[in-house]
Amino acid sequence: MQTSTIVIAILVLGTIAYRLGRRRSLAVVGGPRGISQLHSLPGYYGLLTAVWCALPALGVLGAWHLLDQRVIVEAVLAHMPGGVQALPADQQGLLLNDIKNVVQGNVAAGDVAPAVVAAAREWQRLDTLSRIAAAVLAICVGLFGGTLVWRRITPQLRARNKVEWIVELNLLLCSMIAILTTIGIVVSVLYEALQFFRMVPVTEFLFGTKWSPQMAIRADQVGSSGAFGAVPLFTGTLLISLIAMVIAVPVGLFSAIYLAEYAHRRVRTVAKPLIEVLAGVPTVVYGFFAALTIGPMLRALGQSLGLTVASESALAAGLVMGIMIIPFVSSLADDMITAVPQSLRDGAYALGATRSETIRQVVLPAALPGIAGGVLLAVSRAIGETMIVVMAAGLSANLTANPLQAVTTVTVQVVTLLVGDQEFNSPKTLAAFALGLVLFVATLLLNIVALQIVRRYREQYE
Amino acid sequence: MSDASAVRARTTQQKVAATLRRRYRAERRFRALGVAAVAVGILFVVFLFWTIIARGYTAFAQTYIQLDVSYSAEELDPSGNRAREDLEGANYQALIKAALREEFPEVTERAELRKLYALASSAAELTLRERVLSDPQRIGQHERIWLLAKDQVDMLVKGQVDRSLPEAQRNIDDQTIGWIDRLIAAHQVEKRFNARFFTAGDSREPEQAGVGGAIAGSFLTLVITLLLSFPIGVAAAIYLEEFAPQNRLTDLIEVNINNLAAVPSIVFGLLGLAMFIQFFGLPRSAPLVGGLVLTLMTLPTIIITSRAALKAVPPSIREAALGMGASAVQTVMHHVLPMAIPGMLTGAIIGMARALGESAPLLMIGMVAFIVDIPKGFTSAATVLPVQVYLWASSPERAFVERTSAAIMVLLAFLLIMNAAAVLLRSRFERRW
Amino acid sequence: MSTQMATTGDNIPTSAPRAAVTAAHDQSQPGAALDTKTVGQVTVANAVVSARKVNVYYGEKHAIHDVSLDIGRNAVIALIGPSGCGKSTFLRCINRMNDTIDAARFTGHITLDGQDIYDKRQDVVQLRARVGMVFQKPNPFPKSIYENIAYGPRIHGLVANRTDLDEVVQTSLQKAGLWDEVKDRLEHSGTSLSGGQQQRLCIARAIAVDPEVILMDEPCSALDPIATARIEDLIDELRQNYTIVIVTHNMQQAARVSQRTAYFHLGDLIEVGATDQIFTNPMHKLTEDYITGRFG
Repeated sequence: MQTSTIVIAILVLGTIAYRLGRRRSLAVVGGPRGISQLHSLPGYYGLLTAVWCALPALGVLGAWHLLDQRVIVEAVLAHMPGGVQALPADQQGLLLNDIKNVVQGNVAAGDVAPAVVAAAREWQRLDTLSRIAAAVLAICVGLFGGTLVWRRITPQLRARNKVEWIVELNLLLCSMIAILTTIGIVVSVLYEALQFFRMVPVTEFLFGTKWSPQMAIRADQVGSSGAFGAVPLFTGTLLISLIAMVIAVPVGLFSAIYLAEYAHRRVRTVAKPLIEVLAGVPTVVYGFFAALTIGPMLRALGQSLGLTVASESALAAGLVMGIMIIPFVSSLADDMITAVPQSLRDGAYALGATRSETIRQVVLPAALPGIAGGVLLAVSRAIGETMIVVMAAGLSANLTANPLQAVTTVTVQVVTLLVGDQEFNSPKTLAAFALGLVLFVATLLLNIVALQIVRRYREQYE
Repeated sequence: MSDASAVRARTTQQKVAATLRRRYRAERRFRALGVAAVAVGILFVVFLFWTIIARGYTAFAQTYIQLDVSYSAEELDPSGNRAREDLEGANYQALIKAALREEFPEVTERAELRKLYALASSAAELTLRERVLSDPQRIGQHERIWLLAKDQVDMLVKGQVDRSLPEAQRNIDDQTIGWIDRLIAAHQVEKRFNARFFTAGDSREPEQAGVGGAIAGSFLTLVITLLLSFPIGVAAAIYLEEFAPQNRLTDLIEVNINNLAAVPSIVFGLLGLAMFIQFFGLPRSAPLVGGLVLTLMTLPTIIITSRAALKAVPPSIREAALGMGASAVQTVMHHVLPMAIPGMLTGAIIGMARALGESAPLLMIGMVAFIVDIPKGFTSAATVLPVQVYLWASSPERAFVERTSAAIMVLLAFLLIMNAAAVLLRSRFERRW
Repeated sequence: MSTQMATTGDNIPTSAPRAAVTAAHDQSQPGAALDTKTVGQVTVANAVVSARKVNVYYGEKHAIHDVSLDIGRNAVIALIGPSGCGKSTFLRCINRMNDTIDAARFTGHITLDGQDIYDKRQDVVQLRARVGMVFQKPNPFPKSIYENIAYGPRIHGLVANRTDLDEVVQTSLQKAGLWDEVKDRLEHSGTSLSGGQQQRLCIARAIAVDPEVILMDEPCSALDPIATARIEDLIDELRQNYTIVIVTHNMQQAARVSQRTAYFHLGDLIEVGATDQIFTNPMHKLTEDYITGRFG
């Protein structure tokens, strides 16, 4: 039985419940004439019945399906000949993969061991069983809930208030997803990172200067071969971010100033969206641009100047990242500049200040906190940017401040460590989560500080 | 002007006048900096688009070569019973090889023959197979037919191979160039509109690769994202804007939303990997998981824009409804929400546009695999358009460069349409009240 | 007058309205017969500022029509009238603050000490150093009290060294009657002061560049009565050294602080005269209606 079939069945059940509830509410007051005796409109009684019927049923179904795969896996493993449970986790994983492949029919049954085929059969049996059980349980819960409410329908029942309470509760739950997401990120990233720190000490990770997460050839080789000192990654990230900011802040800031203070309205309506086009371009496009256009261009330029520029130089990645961030800086700066009250400008003009004096000495100092906040947000973006550096920055973890050399970044390493098939619990993959944790914490701090500054600034002129 | 104040005024004026030159120079410099910054910004836009279009537009045409193919009966159907199974499994490559040998009878040596056979794409076999299967009468007959050329032929015909380079530095040798020139001279080479590019899935062979699979994957992923993020985002916005009391929990939610909006997208990928794939055991590379990850990523954007849309509804409307005795929920559902919906839709479109361009978190959850088939459902393996761009960008073949640029053009076209829709929607419904 | 600023005159706020060159020259002579509908004595003998046939347009809107008015040296003239009558617009013409509004267009002549301020060669920066302005809402810069005052002298290069600057700051604050209240906290932010203090700070800021004329655009409308009284006293003192043009909604205030009063109505200058005469014996029906509170 398909899950979608069950969902449809539950929805049909809900519709029936709605009609029954509505009819009963009219029946208890003796037909449509007695409607004024009801606390709420009949529809609300129907809704209440339907909601109590469908929501618990869907909840049960969802919860069941979130967890049943894990239970089935355990059961299948338990069902297999002895020794399987004793296998290390990664070999178990491979075995499970085989079984899954058989279940999904990706592999002909003849090509694999009979034990696996048997396990796959068991899997299919349990899966079917689980689906049936889920369907039966969900429908029972729905019927029970619907009946419960249906029997309690009286003219005094405050159906509308109850329905509205449920609506509000659901709205609240939806807004809680933001918190759940944060918790999810923290828990999942922290959990894996802690596992990593059990194999590699935190101090070595944070302060070590050598990064070479070697591919573990044998499972028991883990940790021994690689070096996980992330300092070159941090410096590489900072170097590229710095280059990006050196491009983005002046260009973004000055174009915001020009467009907000100097440009004619017609120029502004053309130029502003044109620059903001840069914000809508996907990062992968910038990555391609950096790797295939800017990179070779800089290399050729360097050659003509007698400089050696690495083909995946920090400069190319940083430059393109800077271009990407220009609209971000300029639109934030524009907001901040236009938030400065006109009266301050008038005050300066009335004293005989020129336009640039007014901007430099009155408008910009007044907007400075806001702009600083915006720049911090931009830095956080640069640090977390992935595709440009994955495509245009190298993999070599050089500890250098030379922008012409290749460096690697935190995000590049996260991607390279996790893309491709490898077992989940090797230090290599876990290192990615440790890096992710660092990334999350760093950007979180930047964001909190920046948002705080920006908010306080906005309040000042409201 | 006889009194002290006039004298004073005159000295002030002189002092001011003395500074003017310097100050106006500074003024001009400052202004020039502004103009330069705007110019640089616009220049970057133009340069970016120009390089992509200049590299990519050629991919919308594809080279075909015309060969004289004979559907030899002994090759295709030695048993002579025209059984469909036999015809499906027959060696169509041999027909093409034979046709090429016939075209260039002077080539006999093994190594040279291998180069010669590399003129036609392996997709050409499928073309022949389809023709035979659709009409078995063709067996035993001759046909002059246009067949898909190999990528290197395509590159040469499009002028993307520098013939002046020494042979060793080209990946196509003089002899092959000679053959192609002969075909060109005989009008047996033609560039046609590359419809295949929009319908085919990925392929190792550049001339066969298309964005059809990636577009389908993107579509499936965005369907999940939209179905989840729009209702949830709107619900959350309604709660925060209309119902939330001023308390710690509300503050916490708001702080979380604002922060999540600025969390690097790759972190969402890590969450997806650890949570959806490792913990809940959902399939890797599936649009379902991609959609879930992108939902979490776009939710903050949708919540923030939806709240702005709700804020823009004047409080007088709420007061009017509440004054009529409507409950808070009724006020929102009957009056506020309908007025805010266009603004929310605008936000949703912008959120979807961002999700469409996103690739980093999808790399984490395995949507980066090489997938030839066009995905059929939400749980079949798929990739998305930007990830396809990434995959092709890292392919070494020269011919993938133009494909990558063309895929970017397709991606940008979708984004353009979405943003135009958002702008249109906004201007259509702005300030109805 | 200096001519070296001739080439630099048009770098300030864009699309500056340019004077129409058509107005008859003899009309700018004080005392000459004027083609004007205004009732009362438009011209004065010791005029610092003379406006002739001033028209201002905001886009399509004709904000003030053919206003001609002389402003006498070292005296206070009050511009009164209902809101939207053009008095603020006229005020902002005198230091060309309307230049900062893109849609504004100006025709006519205004002379300062006989020199046409809308002339091509007139530099706005220099003009504004001579014609200071105080706004409706106090607008101190978000800088220290000291820096607020020092800003004008600094940008105009009026002082050579720190000691001179200190002195300018002190005398300006003294003239504005603020010195005793702030002398111990000059480094505090200007925005930390009370509303009345902020407005006096803005007056001190205007005085610091030693202008000939100070324009005040309803300087007390955002203040409480006590702060208002202090500003009014201050205006009376400043009259010794400065020519003051004040726009006000408050007729009592106009009566208290000014020697001459001009009444504007829907963009026309209806009547000008000595303040006593305007308030006790207005000649025009509209002026009388306004004074007696029939509208406004």
